[in-house]
Amino acid sequence: MQQKTVLNDAHRRLGAKMVDFGGWDMPLHYGSQIEEHHAVRRDCGMFDVSHMCAVDVAGSGAKAFLLRLLANNVGKLRQAGKALYSAMLNDGGGVVDDLIVYYLDDTHFRLVINAGTAQKDLSWMAARLADWKLDVSVTPRRDLAMIAVQGPHAREKVWQVLPEARAASAEIGPFCAVVVGDFFIASTGYTGEDGFEITLPAAKAEAFWQALLAAGVHPCGLGARDTLRLEAGMNLYGQDMDEAISPLDAGLAWTVDLNAERDFVGKAALLQNGQRRKFAGLVLLDKGVLRAHQKVITAQGDGEITSGTFSPTMQQSIALARLPPGVAEGDTVHVDIRDKHLAAKVVKPPFVRNGKILV
Amino acid sequence: MNIPADLRYTKSHEWVRREADGSVTVGITDHAQEMLGDLVFIELPAVGKTLATAAQAAVVESVKAASDIYAPVAGTITSVNQAAADAPESVNQDAYAAWLFRMQPANAADVDTLLDATGYQQAVESE
Repeated sequence: MQQKTVLNDAHRRLGAKMVDFGGWDMPLHYGSQIEEHHAVRRDCGMFDVSHMCAVDVAGSGAKAFLLRLLANNVGKLRQAGKALYSAMLNDGGGVVDDLIVYYLDDTHFRLVINAGTAQKDLSWMAARLADWKLDVSVTPRRDLAMIAVQGPHAREKVWQVLPEARAASAEIGPFCAVVVGDFFIASTGYTGEDGFEITLPAAKAEAFWQALLAAGVHPCGLGARDTLRLEAGMNLYGQDMDEAISPLDAGLAWTVDLNAERDFVGKAALLQNGQRRKFAGLVLLDKGVLRAHQKVITAQGDGEITSGTFSPTMQQSIALARLPPGVAEGDTVHVDIRDKHLAAKVVKPPFVRNGKILV
Repeated sequence: MNIPADLRYTKSHEWVRREADGSVTVGITDHAQEMLGDLVFIELPAVGKTLATAAQAAVVESVKAASDIYAPVAGTITSVNQAAADAPESVNQDAYAAWLFRMQPANAADVDTLLDATGYQQAVESE
């Protein structure tokens, strides 16, 4: 059965076009996906991301568990609220999911995992826990909702609606969270803009959403979320990487800690295989739209687009692609679109950050 | 739903207008543009190209996906609307003004076999 977030009725009242996303009935857009995209780059937009799942990991073995479970090193986290982006790998070095882990203290962490993979992730964690016999509880928090407020004016809009959060959340640096009452306010996001991702009791989500709406925050759907994250050079699980793809081949080497002595699931496979593909951005020089699974023809062999779209900010088509080793930024390659070979330039993502075009 | 009574339609969401010179003008319906969302790219056919009924004639791409546009009848492409290709959003703004291409039908009577407004409305409702 299709799942609904607590804001489902609110989306329908706003006239959202709803779509299925990983088993969830979610807003694709509320009229114009492109206008929603621009609202986030220029002003402030909000997304219902309650389909994503917060998971509390607690107990005396919590840190040891995550040190072994995740490819990035939670040992780097020492400040309460500090967040870390990490892949969770299988034994073959493929990506089970990508997630954000928040450090609260050595016995309390919070993970935020993807919607479509949540059940699989929880089973995976339960099985590892049974193997490793650690004192840890893993609790999915479906009693919580999540709203991402993003854009250059996001902070001031959130503070307008939630004045008691101003002092605490103004102080936090990037990629960090603070608890204000029963709101968990994190300076994270999936758009390449400033803003907050706010986790709150589901029972308070509707009132908070309406207050943000009244403050002039634009409701934005998953369509704009996808073009924004792609411009920001951020991967989407299931598209840019999955269980058969190594994080080293998906542009995520910066999130994998191979230097520390710590062992983690998938480490041996990563060390053995190394990096086999180059993950890069493409900007289409001809007219057209790059799409996932299109073939990329290079002097070093063929590659494949993993995510592609039309960039509303650049007014050009952009993509993320897995390419043969040896392809370099600045190279011109060709993309097979309906049997035509269109020219594209290889670039280093991100394409856009904080409203500025970077490529 | 905006379905002008004086046009003909296909189940694949093209509208067709018969012109005085016997040619037909083709575009996508308002329902189609709404389903596709913001259009960002249009690939038009080459003038002079001959197409069979339901052959792929053009491509419209929204932010979301690419969709084929089909020849509603067999015939030859006589002109294309470059202004629509230059400003794909014009199709979202007024799908019946922003036509895509004109054809000379191989057989004028083929146009009579297309759906009328009532028939198209029923086709959309049964989707």
